[in-house]
Amino acid sequence: MSEALPLAEMVAPPQTAVTPKLRLRGLRKAFGAKQVLDGVDAEVAPGSSLVILGGSGSGKSVTIKCVLGLIEPDEGTIEIDGRDVLAMGRREREALSDRIGMLFQNGALFDSMPVWENVCFKLLAQKRIDRRRARDKAAEVLAQVGLAASVGDLSPAELSGGMQKRVALARAIAAEPDIIFFDEPTTGLDPIMGAVIDGLIVDCVKRLGATAVSITHDMASARRIGDTAAFLYGGKVVWSGQAGSLGHSGNAMVDQFANGERDGPIRMELRK
Amino acid sequence: MAAILLDPLASIGRATLGACRRIGDVALFALEAVSHLLRPPFHGRLFWAAFVEIAWFSLPVVALTAVFTGMVLALQSYTGFARFNAQSAIASVVVISITRELGPVLASLMVAGRIGASFAAEIGTMRVTDQIDALTTLSTNPMKYLVAPRLLAATLAMPLLVVVADILGVMGGWLIATFKLGFVSAAYLESTFDFLEADDVISGLVKAAVFGFVIALMGTWCGYRSRGGAQGVGAATTAAVVSSSILILALDYVLTEAFFAQ
Repeated sequence: MSEALPLAEMVAPPQTAVTPKLRLRGLRKAFGAKQVLDGVDAEVAPGSSLVILGGSGSGKSVTIKCVLGLIEPDEGTIEIDGRDVLAMGRREREALSDRIGMLFQNGALFDSMPVWENVCFKLLAQKRIDRRRARDKAAEVLAQVGLAASVGDLSPAELSGGMQKRVALARAIAAEPDIIFFDEPTTGLDPIMGAVIDGLIVDCVKRLGATAVSITHDMASARRIGDTAAFLYGGKVVWSGQAGSLGHSGNAMVDQFANGERDGPIRMELRK
Repeated sequence: MAAILLDPLASIGRATLGACRRIGDVALFALEAVSHLLRPPFHGRLFWAAFVEIAWFSLPVVALTAVFTGMVLALQSYTGFARFNAQSAIASVVVISITRELGPVLASLMVAGRIGASFAAEIGTMRVTDQIDALTTLSTNPMKYLVAPRLLAATLAMPLLVVVADILGVMGGWLIATFKLGFVSAAYLESTFDFLEADDVISGLVKAAVFGFVIALMGTWCGYRSRGGAQGVGAATTAAVVSSSILILALDYVLTEAFFAQ
């Protein structure tokens, strides 16, 4: 990719009057000599949906993993409802994670247990529900993602890719979180199934009144599920705006990425 | 010239530092896992599943190993002791060898191959498919959920397996002694129990508990730290079996020294 980054094109995230549900400030993370995040700033208003876009290796997943506490950032702040997550104690962070749902790129379903137990895993782990009621609850949540109750008795290995995504979505929403993260929700799916998953994501997020943060490089998906979008490049958010304006954002890098053009300010390093 | 001399030293230094880092990491990993055994919530179902997997499903392989070991031991002792007209010592040699050493060590090596590899492969696969990260996002501590129940189960299950191995090992020796070597059954058994002391059995059971802990620790640690897809999981599985086998043999010496050194 090109090294020169026109700083004038960097756009600060929109300032909102209400306290953002999630706010990232100056998030930095390096792995050895590689600076993956170099001061990421972003925020999401309560009840809205942010899509983080960027090429492969641009730090999208690392950003989400920092928020989820799976990776400790080197610098910066992560605020949820105005409270600095990184300054919280272990118990507070555990309590916070109760309010967060996550859909992993490959589903990350537990293959040692049936679908119904996967879906209600968090409720069972926290003893918010007993195993008998968990089956009914799983059937109810599976119905919300368009799956029959009988799917609950299958093992994840018996499901197609699309069904696995839907089960993973069911697991993410079962505990009714107020922030949900989606990591490449349509990767590996055909366009129709991708649209189905996007539709389910939008429906579920709206039904729960949750705040959503998705990372993707599927532009059609980004437009469908996002209210706002942020574009990561060189470890920074270089553009943020309405998801609907992707493709005609006025930012050369974003438009090149959105339109899938080979020529532009972003250059792939290919060995000849 | 200096570079030629220093290069091997640098390699040795790097390897030493790497080994120290790994030993430290294993120790911290073990401490954290044990601390989870003392703090609720406890995952009784997972403990029981691991216990059954280790204690029940390892029985056939441990039983066969013990029986054949006892048989071979009796046969070898006979051919050796016959040179000195000391055949009467066979029963005591078999029972002491089995209870003090061969029962715990061979049963543990068998379980290391079976359970250590299985723990490393299962947890390693969970690592590379984001299932461990998923546990964290589902408000579940992976150390408490995946590691602590397995450590406890292996530590408690191994002594039970070794009791079985001890009995079957002695039985293997008795089979050969009575049906092949012409010993009188009652006399052989009497000789066996005359020479057996409680310390022989207890030391073997303590060894078994330590070896069980080591097998589960190395299996879970190697799996937990695995990286890089299928190849990483394969490497973790191999490392789990090799490291726990070596540790079993090394700790066997340390424990024998502690129990029986004059």
